[in-house]
Amino acid sequence: MIEKINIITSSCIPLPQENVDTDQIIPARFLKAVSREGFGENLFRDWRYDKEGKPVADFVLNNPAYSGQILVAGKNFGSGSSREHAAWAIAGYGFRVVVSSFFADIFKNNALNNGVLPVVVSEEFLADLFRHIQANPKATVTVNLEAQTITDNTSGVSEHFEINPYKKSCLLNGYDDIDYLLSKKPQIEAWEATHQ
Amino acid sequence: MNTLFDKIWDAHVVTSVAGGPDQLYIDRHYCHEVTSPQAFNELRERKLKVFRPQKTVCSPDHNIPTLHQDQPIADPVSRNQVDTLARNAREFGLTYYGLGNEKNGIIHVIGPEYGLTLPGMTIVCGDSHTSTHGAFGAIAFGIGTSEVAMVLASQCILQPKPKTMRINIEGQLAPGVTAKDIALYIIARMTTGGATGYFVEYAGEAIRALSMEERMTVCNLSIEMGARGGLIAPDETTFAYVKEREFAPKGEAWDRALAYWKTLHSDADATFDREVTFQAADIAPRITYGTNPGMGIAIDEAIPTEESIDESGKLSFRQALRYMGFEAGEKLLGKKIDYVFLGSCTNGRIEDFRAFARLVKGHRKADHVTAWLVPGSQAVARQIKAEGLDRTLAEAGFEIRQPGCSACLAMNDDKVPAGKYAVSTSNRNFEGRQGPGARTILAGPLVAAAAAITGEITDPRKFL
Repeated sequence: MIEKINIITSSCIPLPQENVDTDQIIPARFLKAVSREGFGENLFRDWRYDKEGKPVADFVLNNPAYSGQILVAGKNFGSGSSREHAAWAIAGYGFRVVVSSFFADIFKNNALNNGVLPVVVSEEFLADLFRHIQANPKATVTVNLEAQTITDNTSGVSEHFEINPYKKSCLLNGYDDIDYLLSKKPQIEAWEATHQ
Repeated sequence: MNTLFDKIWDAHVVTSVAGGPDQLYIDRHYCHEVTSPQAFNELRERKLKVFRPQKTVCSPDHNIPTLHQDQPIADPVSRNQVDTLARNAREFGLTYYGLGNEKNGIIHVIGPEYGLTLPGMTIVCGDSHTSTHGAFGAIAFGIGTSEVAMVLASQCILQPKPKTMRINIEGQLAPGVTAKDIALYIIARMTTGGATGYFVEYAGEAIRALSMEERMTVCNLSIEMGARGGLIAPDETTFAYVKEREFAPKGEAWDRALAYWKTLHSDADATFDREVTFQAADIAPRITYGTNPGMGIAIDEAIPTEESIDESGKLSFRQALRYMGFEAGEKLLGKKIDYVFLGSCTNGRIEDFRAFARLVKGHRKADHVTAWLVPGSQAVARQIKAEGLDRTLAEAGFEIRQPGCSACLAMNDDKVPAGKYAVSTSNRNFEGRQGPGARTILAGPLVAAAAAITGEITDPRKFL
C-alpha cells in the first residue's frame, strides 16, 4: 500500500540547480540501512550540512523562510543511480510532490512507487514559479491529480500534466504494482509454458 | 521492420495494462546487498516466496573491502548489509556468491563471465549500470527496490515501453582511443539527460569492431546520458564469447539458442524514434572536468567558457567548476592529480588491466600518486595473475587489491579525501561520489595509466 494523493495545496521549497543526481539527494554512505525508514534526515546531506555536521546556512532546507510539501527542482532531477533511497529520503522529509521540467526515468518510477508525485511542467511555468517563490517564499501551488492540473497560485496560471492512467489510479487509490502482478500469476505461468 | 529492442521487448510482454505499462517477464535478476534488503522485507511482510528462485543470482559487491577479504568486514554497518543478503539468499533459496567465493565480484562483471547473461534476455538489477549486459543483445536496465520486490514476487515488472534511439559510430577509432572514450564522447554530445526516455541501440563500424568487454563499457555508461539502457546486436564476437561459459546452453540447446540469437538484429527498414550518427575519427582520449559525466572534453581541449552554456545551466556549471577547483576556459593537461582508480563495472575487466599494464610497463608510478587497482571479480583477479600482469604492475610500483565496487562509490574504506583529484575509470563524477569533497576526473584505462606514472593529466598517446 502507498499513501493516497489527490489534491495538494502547499508552499514550495525551491532547488533551481539542474541535473541534481541521486548521489546528492542521498549520498552512498547512507545506503547501508536495511529498512526504508530514516532517510529523510540525510536528504541532500552534503549540501545541507558541512563537514562538522553543522547546517549550511545558505542551503534552502536550512532557510526557515521556506517550507512545504512540494519540492520545485531544476531540469533533469534525479539522474544517476537507481537507488530508491532517494525517493525514500524525499518522502521521509515530508515531500508529496516534486515539480520539474524533466525527470530522470528511474527516479520517476521510484517516486511513483512511494506515493511521491513527479509533476512535469513547461520550462516557462518552472521559470515563473522559481521567480514567484523567490519574491514570496509563501507562494503556493495547487496540484490536482484527478484533473491532472498544476496551478501556480501567484499568477493563477494552470498547466495540464501527463501521468500514466494506471499509475494515476494507483496513487488515487493507494494501490501498488505487486497487488496487480500477484493477480496475474495464471498469465505468467501460461507465458512461461510457451516461452521457456 | 522491427528494431532489435522491439523484438526482445515484445517477446517478453505477458499482459498490457490498458493505457498503461506492459507487464514484462524477466529472464535474469541480479541482486546485490544495497538495494535488496527492503525488497526481501516486503516479501516477508506479505508472506510471499520468491516466485522463480533459479532466475535470481546474488553477489555482494558495493560494500565489500578490497583488502583482507578473508577477515570479517570491519565496518559493522557494511557487515550487517552483506550478512543480510547472505541470510536472505539462504531463506529464499537463491544462488549466492559471497565474499571469498571463487565467483564473487561486481554483479555486472560476473554475470557475463559465467554465461548467466545471454542474448535476447530481459535482465534487471537494483543498479543503474545493469545496462552493461545490453552488450550481449539483451534488454538490461536498472530498477528501484520496489521493483526488485516485484521481480522476486512475480518474475515480472510493470514498465512503460521506452522510445527507441540508434546511435551510430561510423569509421574506425584512432590508436589510443578506447571504448570508454567513445562512451564519454557520446554522453558529452548527448548531455547527461539527453537520452532520457529512450532505449539506445549502438551500431556502426566502430561498434561492430569492439570486443565484448569494450561493448560492455559502452553499454554500461548508457544511463549516464539518461537512457533506460543500451544494447548492441549479437554477432560472431558475441557468440564466441558466450560459447562454453558455465551457464551458457550446451549441445542441442546451444544450436537452438544460436539460431534464435541470429534473428536478433534491427531489420533493414526498422525505424527509430531518434537516430544520431557520430564519426569515430572525431573521438580522442577524453576526460571530464565537471560533476556529471556529460561535462567532458577531449584531453587536449579547454573547458567550455561560461558564455557557451545555456542560461538555465549556468548555475550548475559554476557550481561544478567551483567544486572541482577549475576555471572556465582553461586546459587540464599538466594538472597535478593525487589518486588513480582502475576498476568498477565500467573498466574493471581483464582487457582494462592489460591496457593499463601495457602503458605503465617500463615506467614507475609517480611518488605522490595513490593508485587503487581493483579487479572487477575473482575471475579477473585470477586472470591477472595467470597472465603475469601483477608482476608487470608491481615492477612499476602498483599493487592489486581484491575485487569489489570500491572507490567507484566509496561505500567501503576506499575513499578519496576532500579536495583531492582522482583520475578514475569508473562511471560517475558526481559531487562526493568517491568520498565527501573528492574531485573525480572520469577517463579510460590509458588516460588513468598515463596519469598514474606522470602524476598529472597526460595525453596517453605520447606513450604509445
